[in-house]
Amino acid sequence: MGVEQKLGNLGVVTARLEDVINWARTGAMWPMLFGLACCAIEMMASQASSYDMSRFGMELMRASPRQSDLMIVAGRVSRKMAPVLRRLYDQMPDPKWVIAMGDCASCGGVFNNYAIVQGVDEIVPVDVFVAGCPPRPEALIHGVMTLHEKIKTEKIKEWA
Amino acid sequence: MTQLEEITVDEIKHLVSARALQGETMLLNMGPQHPSTHGVLRLLLELDGEVVLNCIPDIGFLHTGIEKNMEAKTYEKAEVMTDRLDYLNTMGNNLVYCMAVEKLVDLDVPPRAQAIRVIMTELQRIASHLVWLGTHGLDLAAMSVFLYCFREREIVLDIMEMCSGQRMMTTFFRPGGLWRDVPAGWEEAVRNFLKIFPDRVRQYERLLTNNPLFKDRTQDIGVIDAETAMRWGLTGPTLRACGPALDLRKTRPYSGYERFDFEVPTHTKGDVYARYLVRMLEFTQSLRIIEQALKKLPGGAWRSDDRKFVPPPRAELGVSMEALIHHFKLWTEGFLAPKESVYTAVESPRGELGVYLEGDGGPKPHRVYWRTPSFVNLQALPVLAKGHMVADLVAIIGSIDIVLGDVDR
Amino acid sequence: MADHRQTTLQALQEKFSAEASEFRGDPRLIVSPSQIREAARLLREQYGFEYLSGLTASDYWPQYNPRFHVVYVFSSFQHNCRLEVRVPLADEETVLPSISAVYYSADWQEREIYDMFGIRIADHPDLRRLIMPHDWEGYPLRKDYPLGYEEVQFTFNVDEIDLRKPKPTE
Repeated sequence: MGVEQKLGNLGVVTARLEDVINWARTGAMWPMLFGLACCAIEMMASQASSYDMSRFGMELMRASPRQSDLMIVAGRVSRKMAPVLRRLYDQMPDPKWVIAMGDCASCGGVFNNYAIVQGVDEIVPVDVFVAGCPPRPEALIHGVMTLHEKIKTEKIKEWA
Repeated sequence: MTQLEEITVDEIKHLVSARALQGETMLLNMGPQHPSTHGVLRLLLELDGEVVLNCIPDIGFLHTGIEKNMEAKTYEKAEVMTDRLDYLNTMGNNLVYCMAVEKLVDLDVPPRAQAIRVIMTELQRIASHLVWLGTHGLDLAAMSVFLYCFREREIVLDIMEMCSGQRMMTTFFRPGGLWRDVPAGWEEAVRNFLKIFPDRVRQYERLLTNNPLFKDRTQDIGVIDAETAMRWGLTGPTLRACGPALDLRKTRPYSGYERFDFEVPTHTKGDVYARYLVRMLEFTQSLRIIEQALKKLPGGAWRSDDRKFVPPPRAELGVSMEALIHHFKLWTEGFLAPKESVYTAVESPRGELGVYLEGDGGPKPHRVYWRTPSFVNLQALPVLAKGHMVADLVAIIGSIDIVLGDVDR
Repeated sequence: MADHRQTTLQALQEKFSAEASEFRGDPRLIVSPSQIREAARLLREQYGFEYLSGLTASDYWPQYNPRFHVVYVFSSFQHNCRLEVRVPLADEETVLPSISAVYYSADWQEREIYDMFGIRIADHPDLRRLIMPHDWEGYPLRKDYPLGYEEVQFTFNVDEIDLRKPKPTE
């Protein structure tokens, strides 16, 4: 900050490297299409016209895990789907984040039985849990904003 | 949780042709995570170049154990799980379950509740067809249709939120009637929707119906004739596009549908384009039903009075001893059902949705079986897809309109 | 409509010496496992029940003989009626003949009752697990299979349950 005052208006801004990288990461985070059940419909609704998620940078939903950085686990994860989920998470390149959308992904939801994994944090490390059955599109967007704020507090020395 | 195991070709040898085993044709996995499979559906395709020779669906990735879980809850509490089966037709699932319970214990439903049930179910049908149209268009690379459809769907979801507080998983119908009466402003909201929606339907038709690209991708794709279709158990718009006017709202009317005047659209060709046309016509028919029902909406009670099955309103609890006893018994133990079985079916946007409910004399159901249309319709996919290319397969899956919650339960 | 159902019911009752009952206006027929394939064929070809609405089973454990009741719901479009047929199976070893050659939609529905109840089906083109993972052990919808639920975490037991829950190893 002090440098600009001495050099004048050169069109140069200085900031900490951490802030710039975190800002760039939150600016265009592409979610991976991982809609499983009912929450997927609300995810589609939040991507559509009324609650537009592309205002927050999530313009595209990439189907390929290799090209996405955010995995929104939207819906209930059954025991048959669990290894597939883990394999897709492993295929995503770093940096990657996971939002557990809905009650079924957070804790098993209404279904406390043999067929549903009780909370997707048994399989992948989760950054943000969004509650609701299904969460409103506004709740999902709030979850995404919370994730952005969490990323803005990340430090270089943790991953460099 | 099992580790991912490789399935060797030996296990599916009896399903693929001999050319695949020699390596002449390719076995491709269209995996559970795919943008166009409308959910977690896994297809094993046997391809000769781009042409699909055989397509083996592998389902179960969304199996939730709903049927077993409902056996562990009382009749009224198990209704919460019914929304989550076919999550695009939540009111329809509630309706068929409530109808089955009412048939089992012989409970009456007042006419106001029946009329409101019809209106909400038809609104739900419109919302479900909007999602179908949006995702079908999206699969065929018409993305603007997706955005327009979801804009209309928001209006319908606002009406549902007004009634029950929830956009999708409403659980608004209860055995005996409704959860509570519709709020003030509901009728006006529905009339507003009826005013603007016909024009929107015309917008979608202008975009797609005579579009040469759309017609090229959908005509003569996935053709099936009526007799084979019925043998495969297909119901709903998929069957009506082949010819037979089989609509349970007309043939076996329920919940007061016999009082309304509407048509059942059919087509003869049986291809993807025919199914599209049938569903587009169903929009206007649903609007007709809602308009008639709204005009003749009776007043009066919105839930049955039979206190053996329906909890009393809270205002009565302070003044009446019987009300308190009924309330206590119904919320702690639940009502008892006879040791008999019933099968009830309604017309969901996908086909015949049926519930086979068996009681055992106690407060919890002995067996709840959901005859879901997507499960039965998906069986016919190998027959529909034979000889088409992979891109056409996407159009066919979209036209059958499957919902994986329905398929896997 | 109702007459066609009555005539069908009476004809089948005589042919298979089966018993019939009725509940809330819906008649049902009880036939033995060896008769079901013939009954299905007759219903389809002679009596015009074009499609099979539902095929499911119901477990009556710990009562044996019968332990399972397999329920078929046949529907007719031309006569606009529905008929329910029940087949009692004595125990889990009894084999049920497949009707998938008559009604194609019975293919997956029979696989489903094999998957969920362990009922063996004879002459089925492809009897594999359908909904559960292919190496799953046990038949979930049987009454002696547990629901498999997890204890609810309240503040007093959240830590001990947390220790038992699997965690990802990154």
